Amino acid sequence: MSERYEPVIVGFLCNWCSYRAADLAGTSRLHYAPNMRPIRVMCSGRVDPQFVLKALREGADGVLIAGCHPGECHYVEGNIKALRRYILLKRLLRQLGVEEERVQLIWASASEGNVLAEAVDRMTEQLRALGPLRWRETVLSGDGHRPSPLPQQAAPVAEEV
Amino acid sequence: MAERVGVYICHCGTNIARTVDVEAVARWAGEQPHVAVARDYKFMCSSLGQDLIEEDIRELGLTRVVVAACSPHMHEKTFRDTCQRAGLNPFFFEMANIREQDSWITDDREAATEKAKALVKGAIERVVHHQPLEPLPVQINPATLVVGGGIAGITAALELANAGYPVYLVEREPSIGGHMAQLDKTFPTLDCSACILTPKMVEVGQHPNITLLSYSEVEEVEGYIGNFTVTVRKKARYVNEELCTGCGICEEKCPKKVLDEVFEAGLGYRKAIYRPFPQAVPKYPVIDVENCIYFQRGKCKACQIFCPAGAIDFEQEDEILQIEVGNIILATGYDLFDPRRIPQYGYGRLANVFTSLEFERMVNAAGPTGGRIVLRDGVTEPQSVAIIHCVGSRDKNYNEYCSKVCCMYSLKFAHLVHERLPNAEVYNFYIDIRAPGKGYEEFYHRLLEEKTHFIRGRVAEVTDAARMPGEEGKLIVQVEDTLIGRQRRIPVDMVILSAGLEARHDSREVAQRFGLGCDFDGFFVERHPKLDPVATMTEGIFIAGACQGPKDIPESVAQGAAAAARVASLISQGTVLMEPVRAHIIEELCSGCRICNNLCPYNAIVYHEDRGVSEVVTALCQGCGTCVAACPSAAITGAHFTSEQVMFQIEGILWDVRSPDGREREPEMVMA
Repeated sequence: MSERYEPVIVGFLCNWCSYRAADLAGTSRLHYAPNMRPIRVMCSGRVDPQFVLKALREGADGVLIAGCHPGECHYVEGNIKALRRYILLKRLLRQLGVEEERVQLIWASASEGNVLAEAVDRMTEQLRALGPLRWRETVLSGDGHRPSPLPQQAAPVAEEV
Repeated sequence: MAERVGVYICHCGTNIARTVDVEAVARWAGEQPHVAVARDYKFMCSSLGQDLIEEDIRELGLTRVVVAACSPHMHEKTFRDTCQRAGLNPFFFEMANIREQDSWITDDREAATEKAKALVKGAIERVVHHQPLEPLPVQINPATLVVGGGIAGITAALELANAGYPVYLVEREPSIGGHMAQLDKTFPTLDCSACILTPKMVEVGQHPNITLLSYSEVEEVEGYIGNFTVTVRKKARYVNEELCTGCGICEEKCPKKVLDEVFEAGLGYRKAIYRPFPQAVPKYPVIDVENCIYFQRGKCKACQIFCPAGAIDFEQEDEILQIEVGNIILATGYDLFDPRRIPQYGYGRLANVFTSLEFERMVNAAGPTGGRIVLRDGVTEPQSVAIIHCVGSRDKNYNEYCSKVCCMYSLKFAHLVHERLPNAEVYNFYIDIRAPGKGYEEFYHRLLEEKTHFIRGRVAEVTDAARMPGEEGKLIVQVEDTLIGRQRRIPVDMVILSAGLEARHDSREVAQRFGLGCDFDGFFVERHPKLDPVATMTEGIFIAGACQGPKDIPESVAQGAAAAARVASLISQGTVLMEPVRAHIIEELCSGCRICNNLCPYNAIVYHEDRGVSEVVTALCQGCGTCVAACPSAAITGAHFTSEQVMFQIEGILWDVRSPDGREREPEMVMA
């Protein structure tokens, strides 16, 4: 392995679209960063914000949540609920000083192995640039990270979803 | 915890072992807490590999099993069955995906091995918290809904009906038959399309087990495998089907002629009351309200006056039907690529540029020209015909995929021109000739012998601007002949554009209604591209024919029959076992806040006023877990995806990066 810093990303992938997208990426032998460690959930709507906090607290540098495209959710609209929780969670994380890029929500359908692979690559690069999260030293003690400035408007995620 | 976990690391030949150091992972796994035995093996899914697990369960007293191999979508069931055979509850098993999501995505052996360890550790930590579960039996309603009355849907409906099961066949148009009914001949045998199709249509119409709902559309689908409730809108025909004899006098007497854009592809006319074609099934006509003089101006009623059976009913209204079925087969077909989108080919601007479907209608003996090949003026026979392949296909600007049928139907067109106009010159402009099928290549050779000109190159332009002598009054096809490396201009009288096949314009809406996925091009996504081409991600919903991707007739027929066979096997099982992944509310913890009630997309959570608690109706719950994530009291557990299981999996998957004091766990995590 090279000397550069390798971030660890926990990926919560929905069983019907995104986990299959990740399978497809593998089956198609699309090479992408091995930094994302997948956890399969039935629906992105199952991703309890506590899972995300837990992963960050346990040493992950970032968390990727991936679900079906809006309107294509196997459970009708679980992904929309995931989106709602995600927006709230992002506001909480911002107040804790966790950078925007560390928790991301994407949509990848079962036929979009490339979308998932590209998202992992992109996120790995972003986290590499940010460096390790060090939750315990920085977030809990509250002195390491500079809180990122609050954006003017409260809809920060449009381009990511 | 006294669980005894067996961990099995699969080489998958070299698929995994080439990138992941499987021996090292197995050695390392053997040293982990809870692990009683860890082995690596060439092929875990082989019977020898499975025997290994069974023996260890029996002899070493394993209480949990982890297999690190391919995706759980490949072999989770295999290994669950293995556990069950050895007397272990199948849900005491967990799979770590170190192939699709590890060894196949990188060449970095060290990173892949580390990732494999993390995934295995996650699985070990998770599996010790698994609970024994029993699959849920679900009754299968023997009735089936088939959506789409083209050849794929017809085949599926007949197969099931002949097996003795009730079928509802819903078709949007006034008649079944689909695109095949519009064709003249079929390649490569030159069978008459109608001659082989209409007997099947009649059989559908007369079959005691088939309820044919033509001129109808599915509006809503609820439920799950075995128990779907489907709402169908049966559009008003304004003809009483009980009384109508199908004599056709109404069509004769109707004074209003309308350009038929659908069946005749804009080349012929029909009346305002019409059947798309004489052999239509059902035989009852429909009134086209937009064009009917009575509906537009309030008088006429010619059809009603002349109908000998008194079947015309201007007061008829749309009917909404509720149908209960166990399975659904979607065979909704394709749309033809609209060549207007390629303006340089001149369709819609240059009169004698035709689409392939127009040409099909033209050469059809029952079509608007009685089978005569003529220019747009309806009289002149062309002396030269150009057939342009790959219109809208294999083109990054439109559709990247190959539409599969155009080469063969273009060859068929060339043959038909030779047959009807022996003196005409026929040019095929192609990129590659794709003739993979029984008798297809031979048909191509036959055309070569019939002296069709084959010019290899994508046509740049079709124009009527003459530049050279001999081009006046002609259509000029400008092309680079890539075999001789030169630009050529070929003057012809008629141009046929071999348009490709596209997903239905509303396929995404339909997919949403039925809970399916669409690929980038709008075609429905199958469960597995190789091994499960007619099933979908949604249990109980199958797909057949061109709605899954471009297909010719024999392939559509094969898929229709395949989908029917899949459904028939479910019906004959009577009951299927569903994953017991369901939510459950612990009454003692429920505060009755009702947050979960409105979240559930299936209305599976009911609130008991008397006790002040909510309850999940297991039969309705589909196991998505969104209520579990939302419950502020952690009163809802999602079987097999409990918060505890996921939390421990997170710890395991991050075993190498966890901070040293990470062992302390917040109390709510342990409780959940």
